[in-house]
Amino acid sequence: MIQTALIMIGVGIFAGIAGAILGIGGGMIITPILTLGMGLNIKYAIGASIIAVIATSSGSTIAYLRDNVLNLRVAMFLEIATTIGAIVGALLTGVLDPKYLYLLFGCLLVFSGWNMYRKLRRGQEVLQRVEPDKIASKLKLNGTYYDKAEMKNIDYQVENVPAGFSVMFGAGVASGLLGIGSGAFKVMAMDTFMKMPLKPSSSTSNLMMGVTAAASATVYFFNGSILPGIAVPLALGILGGAVIGSRIMQVLPARWIRMIFIPIILYIGIEMLLKGLGVHF
Amino acid sequence: MPEKTNATATEMAQVETIIGRILQVGVIFSAIVMGIGLIIFLATGESGYAGNTVPLTMGAILLGTWQLKAYAVMMLGMYCLILTPVLRVVVSIYAFYKEHDHLYVAITTLVLIILMVALLIGVTGK
Repeated sequence: MIQTALIMIGVGIFAGIAGAILGIGGGMIITPILTLGMGLNIKYAIGASIIAVIATSSGSTIAYLRDNVLNLRVAMFLEIATTIGAIVGALLTGVLDPKYLYLLFGCLLVFSGWNMYRKLRRGQEVLQRVEPDKIASKLKLNGTYYDKAEMKNIDYQVENVPAGFSVMFGAGVASGLLGIGSGAFKVMAMDTFMKMPLKPSSSTSNLMMGVTAAASATVYFFNGSILPGIAVPLALGILGGAVIGSRIMQVLPARWIRMIFIPIILYIGIEMLLKGLGVHF
Repeated sequence: MPEKTNATATEMAQVETIIGRILQVGVIFSAIVMGIGLIIFLATGESGYAGNTVPLTMGAILLGTWQLKAYAVMMLGMYCLILTPVLRVVVSIYAFYKEHDHLYVAITTLVLIILMVALLIGVTGK
C-alpha cells in the first residue's frame, strides 16, 4: 500500500512537471501508466486523470502569486466556448459517432504539429501586425507577458478570434463526449489559430483545463470512478510537480517548449486518426 | 493624469496579490486534507470502509470525516480540489469588477453560470 502511494506520488510529480510546462493535462501520461503499467480498469484510470487535470491546473495556478504570463481575458472569453461545448458533448453521448470526431481532431492536430514545425523553422514567435485585429481589440485580448528566458516584457497580438473560439467549442465537445483531456486542443486553438505566443498559450490552457474539468469532475466523483488510494497520492504528487513545472516553463526558451511539444502533438494526432479509422493496437 | 493611472496600477497589483493568496490558501487547504487522509490510510492500513467501498454521498463523506475514516477524508480533500477552479472563476469576476471592466465581469459571470449548469447536470445526471 505504501509502495503504491509512493509510485503514485512519483508518477504525479513527473506528470505535473510535464503538464505544467506544456499546458496539457496529465491524462495522456497517466492513463497508459495506470492501465498498462498497473493493470487498473480504464474507468478508474479516467477518474484518476480527471483529478490529475485539475491538480495540474491548480498547482500551476499557485506557483506565483501574480502570474505575468497567462492571459485571463483570453481564458475567460474562450471558456464560454469550452464549457458549453463540454455540456453539448456530454449530451451527445450515444447520438454522435465518436469516429468522426477522432478523424477531425486527428487531422487538426497533425496540421497543428506541421504548423508548429514551420513556426520553429521561421523562428517567429510573436505576432505584430500594423493593424491590430478588430475583434481582438474590441475584446481586449491582445496582451503582454514577461518572458523570464529573454528577461523582457513581450507585447503580442491575437487574431482569428472566431476560428479560435470554434476550435475551443470543438475541444469542449471532444472532452465531454470522448472524455479526453483537451489541453493539446486548447494550446492548438491559441497558438496555431489565434497566433498567440506559446508560453501564454500553454499557461492559459492550464488555467482553462481546470475549469473545464471541474464541470465534468463531479460526475466522476459521485459515480464511484475515483479510487482515493490511487487518486489522492497522484494528486498530491502532481500539485508539487506542477508548481515546479510552471516555474521551469517560465525560464525555458519558447523554442525548446515548442520542440518538446511537436512530437507530442503529432503522436496524439496520429493516435486519434488511427482510432477514427478503427485501427487498434 | 499619469499619477492616477499609477495609483490604479498599484491598486490592481494589490487585488491580484490578494487573489493569488486566496487561491493558494484554497489549493493548500485541499492538499492538507488529502494529505491527512493519506496519512491515516497508510498508518492504519484501513480505508475505514468494508471492501472496496468508497463513500459517495456528501453526507457519508462528512460523517466519515468526522469519524476520521481515511477514505472519507481523502474524498473530502479531492472535492475541495475540484472546487478550486470554480473559486478561480469567482475571484476573477471580482478582479474584473475592481478593474471596472464591465464586459469581462459579464463574460466571467456567464462562464460561472454555465459551470453551475454543468455541475447541476452532473449531479442529477448520475
